Amino acid sequence: MEKILEIKNLKVQYNTDEAVVYALNDFSLDLNKGQILGVVGETGAGKTTMALSIMNLLPERVAEITGGSIRYRGEKVFEMSKKQLRELRGAEVSMIFQDPMTSLNPVMTVGDQIDEVLKLHNPDMSKQRRDEKVAEILTLVGIPPERSIQFPHQFSGGMKQRVVIAMALVAEPNLLLADEPTTALDVTIQAQILTLMKNLQEKFGTSMILITHDLGIVAEFCEDVAVVYGGEVIERGTVEQVFARTANHPYTDSLFKCIPDLTGSVSRLTPIPGFVLDSRTAPPGCPFADRCGSCTERCRAEKPLVHYVEDGHYIKCHLYENEVSK
Amino acid sequence: MNTQNVAAASSTKAGQPFRPSKKGRFKLIWKRYRRNKLAMLGMVVLLALLAAVFSAPLYLDYQEAITQHIVDAFAKPGSDGHIFGTDQLGRDLLARIIYGGRITLGAGLATVALSFVGGVALGGIAGYFGGKVDNIVMRLCDMLMAIPGTMLAMALVAALGAGLDKLLISLAIVQIPSSARTVRAAIMNLRNSEFIEAARCYGTGSGRIIAKHLLPNILGPLIVTTFMHLGSIILCIAAMGFLGIGVQAPTPEWGSIISENQSNIRYYPYLGLIPGLFIMISVLSLNFIGDGLRDALDPKMKN
Repeated sequence: MEKILEIKNLKVQYNTDEAVVYALNDFSLDLNKGQILGVVGETGAGKTTMALSIMNLLPERVAEITGGSIRYRGEKVFEMSKKQLRELRGAEVSMIFQDPMTSLNPVMTVGDQIDEVLKLHNPDMSKQRRDEKVAEILTLVGIPPERSIQFPHQFSGGMKQRVVIAMALVAEPNLLLADEPTTALDVTIQAQILTLMKNLQEKFGTSMILITHDLGIVAEFCEDVAVVYGGEVIERGTVEQVFARTANHPYTDSLFKCIPDLTGSVSRLTPIPGFVLDSRTAPPGCPFADRCGSCTERCRAEKPLVHYVEDGHYIKCHLYENEVSK
Repeated sequence: MNTQNVAAASSTKAGQPFRPSKKGRFKLIWKRYRRNKLAMLGMVVLLALLAAVFSAPLYLDYQEAITQHIVDAFAKPGSDGHIFGTDQLGRDLLARIIYGGRITLGAGLATVALSFVGGVALGGIAGYFGGKVDNIVMRLCDMLMAIPGTMLAMALVAALGAGLDKLLISLAIVQIPSSARTVRAAIMNLRNSEFIEAARCYGTGSGRIIAKHLLPNILGPLIVTTFMHLGSIILCIAAMGFLGIGVQAPTPEWGSIISENQSNIRYYPYLGLIPGLFIMISVLSLNFIGDGLRDALDPKMKN
């Protein structure tokens, strides 16, 4: 399997006026070609920072990369020239944003917006050919091509997200980053959009990272899952391995406990005690130590290493150190 | 909009490749603009003024505006061939107004165009890039803004030398900081919106983002402020004419016509009223047009 993306020990911090925020700490992740990976985590866990780092689009001046590397098809993203980066963005790696209401330019027709992406990456393509392509991709995402002369405010939320997907896919990227693409949509539209994305992913053979905080979407949609907490991947495996619940990181375990059980009657859900890790601190030990039920002195003092519990399934937790570490 | 859709749909059904038309959009803008009665009135009046003024050499000899006939001085409006009467030197006021308009309106439009381009370029760059670039550009603008506008324009004309072109440039320089400031504020507001980030994600370069994504979003308010500026620039040109900078006598210019005649306005009020009326009419129509354009250009306005 060809590795399309390799993130190694990435460290990103935001230097704001008030404090230094440690967004990613030793974040490692890799992705094979054609794979769909779900990245799950709470707000502030560093999911969006990860997506922006892959495109080298972290906010200038504020964000600082203090270590690690990202390789896209073997090439280091942080060392690319401006020209290479422009090629990378859109044509190789593309992104779907969280809020379709704000991710479209209000004064450009949707057709022009899709066309622009196409024009940027295929400067030689004739206008007529581009128009055909725009009509084609709009049909694919389920929007009548006649509507390409309309403005974003003439579309509903779900339709807008379809347009955003069309924009992201029109240059046929090899890697698609979907940053909570369905959070702003209601549940029925959510299902439609996910099905659409899955169909298009199969059609184009695109690799995909789906950022979400909904475990249900991951189970439905993804092959692999990475659980992120405090700016690191604390568990990684296939959906089957992680959702089998034979061996899980205590954090993943508590996430599962937060999901209401459909079979029994439950009067209260079990929330995770405490608050999300304050990313202004960089704890010496496990980031989850403060909220973990099985926390020991060692967890607070020493960073847990990667422990493989199965082939391709690892957990970053001291509890699993007796497993064979590969 | 609906009829266009139907037309487009039928063409796709006929098996032809679908092609969206840009023409439809201008039609739509025009349709929206047309609905604003005041804006239409302003446009008609301004176009009539511009046409009359700029085609003047075709029907009126320039000599009419500057040749003195002391015998005919202070002819009343309407009296023997002088529709607007004559001034103290017996020059036909209508001819002076027509030829004055060439300078007032022409210079006003040119100044506004210059300051618009300069302001958009500087403000766009400062607002988009922020940081050091922003600091340098905006501090330069602050320096210019610290000096009263008319004073600065006078100083610049004095330094550059007399002449209409120099007057234009100096007036534009005076206007640039404030329009750069407007543009910069609007762009900073938009710079962090998600659609700009999205554009960056799809590989759009900075210049293109400013030109195609940011500017069209602020074009509405920008056009209105620019048209409003035009009024004050016309007044400024008049003031400069009065002070003897820029437009030199006997060249007619609306502002200088008023100032030439100011000592006679008490007994011959039409000498001040008529050119004043022309300034007012053109400034008003410009404001109406500005308002109409803002509404027509905003795609979010209901049809």
